[in-house]
Amino acid sequence: MDAELIYRAVTTLAKGVSVTLTLASIAVAIGFCLGLGLAVMRVSSSRLLSGFAEYYSAVFRGTPLLVQLFLFYYGLGQFDAVRDNAVAWWVIGDAMHCAILALALNTAAYTSEILRGGLMSIPVGLVEAAKAAGMSRVLRFRRIEFPLAIRQALPAYGNEIVLVIKGTSLASTITVLEITGHAKRLMSQTYAIFEIFTIAGLFYLAINMVLIFAVRRLEARLASPGR
Amino acid sequence: MQFGLAQLWEGGWIGALLRGASITIAVGFGAMLLGLVIGIACGLIKWGQVRPLNWLVDIYTTVVRGVPELLIIYLLFFSSVEFVARIGTAFGWAGLADTGYPFLIGVIAIGTISGSYATEVVRGALAAIPKGHIEAARALGMPRKRIFRRIILPQMLRIAVPGLNNIWQATMKDTALISVVGLQELMRTAFIGAGSTRNPFIFYLIAGALYLVITFVSQIGFRRAERALVLKGRA
Repeated sequence: MDAELIYRAVTTLAKGVSVTLTLASIAVAIGFCLGLGLAVMRVSSSRLLSGFAEYYSAVFRGTPLLVQLFLFYYGLGQFDAVRDNAVAWWVIGDAMHCAILALALNTAAYTSEILRGGLMSIPVGLVEAAKAAGMSRVLRFRRIEFPLAIRQALPAYGNEIVLVIKGTSLASTITVLEITGHAKRLMSQTYAIFEIFTIAGLFYLAINMVLIFAVRRLEARLASPGR
Repeated sequence: MQFGLAQLWEGGWIGALLRGASITIAVGFGAMLLGLVIGIACGLIKWGQVRPLNWLVDIYTTVVRGVPELLIIYLLFFSSVEFVARIGTAFGWAGLADTGYPFLIGVIAIGTISGSYATEVVRGALAAIPKGHIEAARALGMPRKRIFRRIILPQMLRIAVPGLNNIWQATMKDTALISVVGLQELMRTAFIGAGSTRNPFIFYLIAGALYLVITFVSQIGFRRAERALVLKGRA
């Protein structure tokens, strides 16, 4: 083991950490909002809305993230309509933006399934009580349904965020230099395959450990004090 | 340039994509089988609290589930490919590292990943078997091996089916990552087609549709398996 090499690997890969975290946090933020919308659509009584949400989730969960990423980045980039449209090209033309788009749409599908489970676990009596108390639909959702669903869904959602962190590594295939991208570039320069990928793996492990710890803390804080 | 299904057909791309899909399914089956073997072995170790092996299993599942799949594939492939190419050349098969090897690495890498998830499913299923069943079998004087084969294994499999279904879906999708080391499965074929015809959209769309078909068909299979196992339990 070469100390200089390890120092170089750690400092180079550390540059990728912020990119990885940026990709994951923006994708999770967008994906959560979309996922919440899809979950509400899914449990709604409208056939059209629940049908759309169901197909969306089936398509995005049934195909590999790599296919989705390539379809957006290379596939949509082939059309003149996308190239000529300033907004669309801002999203698709930039590898970083496109990776965030693919990750966000992908995690939205999984998030919607997790939140749907949370929404369906709410006792009917609680919603009826809120209705009887004269709460409006929006207020009921904000004060009763949403908090209860989140508490129920949090452990599964923590796992989903870990999957998003792992998914960011695919961004390296469309030239984004996050942890895996830097690792691959460094590998082709130094051929120290084992050392570099081990260090990269440790970075990911550390991120995920911290994340799981934070989610557990949040779970403990959200748990109703009566229990 | 107008590019449609007719050109896809004439160029032989439909056949190539279907051949790729069959390799994808083969990698998926191999990896799932390996993952099941790993999952049952490690699940038993974790369930039985076999010290110190259970610590090793804990490290294995934590590391493999906490690190991106892509990184595991890169590590396994690039750290061994040169060595394997040298052995292949020594035995007069210089193409070894280009043809059979990515397939083998794919099965091993994806199998290791699905094994780490299968371990948790198997452990959970084993924990759900009522203790009384095992005690009753022991009271009847059944030898340990037969208790495992007749009492533990069948119940464990039945409880584990929904969890294994999820793992199969994830395993199938993970096989797409093997394309990065050059195995000509579905994703790689789409990539080559996209490059040579300059029509990435249609190729990735078809690849995505084929993955969806694989998912839906296997979903039906799992539903049947679940129903068959439940009925047998009630009879």
